[in-house]
Amino acid sequence: MTATTAVHASGLVKAFGAKGAPTVRAVDGIDLEIRRGEIYGVLGPNGAGKTTTLRMLATLLPIDAGSAEIFGVDVRREPHRIRQLVGVTGQYASVDENLTGTENLVLFARLLGQSTPQARRTAADLLERFGLEEAADRQIQNFSGGMRRRLDLAASLIARPPLIFLDEPTTGLDPRTRGQMWETIRELVAQGATILLTTQYLDEADQLADRIAVIDRGRKVAEGTPDQLKQSVGSSTLHLRVADRAEASRAAGIVERVLGEAPVLTPEAGGLHVALTDANQTADVLIALREGVVDITTASVRQPTLDEVFLTLTGHHAEDGSEAASTTEEVA
Amino acid sequence: MTLLTDTPVATAQVAAADRPLPARPSLRATFDQTLAMAWRATKKMRRNPEQFFDVTIQPVLFTAMFAYIFGGAISGSVASYLPLIIPGILAQTALTACMATGIQMREDMDKGVFDRFKSLPIARIAPLAGPMLADLVRYGTAATITIGVGLAMGYRPGGGVLGVLAGWALTIVAGWSLSWIFAWLGTVARSAQAVQGIGMMIMFPLTFLSNAFVPMETLPGWLEAFVRINPVSHVVTAVRDLMNDGAVTGEVGWALVGCIAVVLIFAPLAVRSYSRKM
Repeated sequence: MTATTAVHASGLVKAFGAKGAPTVRAVDGIDLEIRRGEIYGVLGPNGAGKTTTLRMLATLLPIDAGSAEIFGVDVRREPHRIRQLVGVTGQYASVDENLTGTENLVLFARLLGQSTPQARRTAADLLERFGLEEAADRQIQNFSGGMRRRLDLAASLIARPPLIFLDEPTTGLDPRTRGQMWETIRELVAQGATILLTTQYLDEADQLADRIAVIDRGRKVAEGTPDQLKQSVGSSTLHLRVADRAEASRAAGIVERVLGEAPVLTPEAGGLHVALTDANQTADVLIALREGVVDITTASVRQPTLDEVFLTLTGHHAEDGSEAASTTEEVA
Repeated sequence: MTLLTDTPVATAQVAAADRPLPARPSLRATFDQTLAMAWRATKKMRRNPEQFFDVTIQPVLFTAMFAYIFGGAISGSVASYLPLIIPGILAQTALTACMATGIQMREDMDKGVFDRFKSLPIARIAPLAGPMLADLVRYGTAATITIGVGLAMGYRPGGGVLGVLAGWALTIVAGWSLSWIFAWLGTVARSAQAVQGIGMMIMFPLTFLSNAFVPMETLPGWLEAFVRINPVSHVVTAVRDLMNDGAVTGEVGWALVGCIAVVLIFAPLAVRSYSRKM
């Protein structure tokens, strides 16, 4: 723990289990070291333990084993101090359905010690900044998902917390609202906040995070900058489909000659795909195929998906772990 | 809708991470937070007026029903039964209203907004005490309507205006105190339905095995023994003493002691199980 550290956690464990049933270790020994002023992404499929980790750090769940400090304050021993340092925006918007946008923000501001007139100003201010003025006097139950999420984030910012937890802030949002959310998150960092963000989308972690931890079945399986992570699976993948299935293996030979790596074949569809270290290699492959007179029906270059990162890092697909563990996320 | 990028976010600067922070909320802050939570509860009441059914329609129905059905049998006439039954109905309505407090609190706690309450640096008692404070409105409504119906039916309390006011106030205090039991139930029960089920089990014996509707002397000895120690009996007797005789008797003292004891036991239990569960 140094002056540049925002979050320091070691060996975090959370086990869930009904009486009689075997306990499930939703979080199984996670270490985190988050620096001040960075966006730290926690990437993983549903049920990997992302939310549980976040909730333990936010004092919403007791820590079963391990220790955590936020800005040097012990999470277990001083929950009230931690709550003054952390703003939490949940996966499901934690705002009051029965109240209007204004009433929600006024309530939270008053709970945080503002006088009623002050709270009204804060509410009006935040509603304006988040483009929610027209929703000021409407009950939340009539809000769209994106509006709720924005109101929820606005509520998390009332106390101007130096550390903000965002639990899947853009899951279920349309692309435009997602882009806006990303901008807001970048602004918060520009103003000096530190952000811990969970996401299922590699793309989101890539866009926002300075560093990423990949979590699987309660354990951290990799950590690094987005570039480092992507390099571990190749920066992108070339997908090809040959017109004549019989030609697939000949095409694979050509690809291997150009790239020095054997592509993966999906013979039934006449498809093959191979990791690229550089997108420019696409042209070399296509030229070689044309010279070799192999007809292709489609060719595409894709960014590695979360599943591919997972497959590379853990040896299993992201969905494998989700069924057993998704129940624990519900418990959380 | 404006783009979020058009304007700087309201948090022009974030709060310093290394400022000194209080380790626990002050008493003053706890009070303010409780008031804010009570404000939220009153807003909800205004939007869901059906929450008031149990404290408006039920007292009217029960007062009229019990007085006309049992009046002749128990006291010879409806008019002479009223001084007995009105304080009884007051206690019964207060208990029913308590149960609703626990059920609503349980329902509320399952909502997403409680996640935020838990993550805020606020006193753990505020999310419980706030709605309890707002529920004073419900007990007040129930007591006022019951007394009003009684007066309309010909009840002429001997304690005068002051005696009636004192009985009214004692009903509210008793309702509020007992509601901490149901608040605690709300924090330990698995669902709102469970609170309702357990609540009924507590409420029925407590109200019917008391002197709320019949004179104790008419009961068999073993039952009379229970009725005599039933706290509801003490509250009912205290309210009768205040409203019918304008007398501040020992029963009033016992009723108040009972109320304080209930709060002292169940408020900490409720707060503890609330903060632990969450």
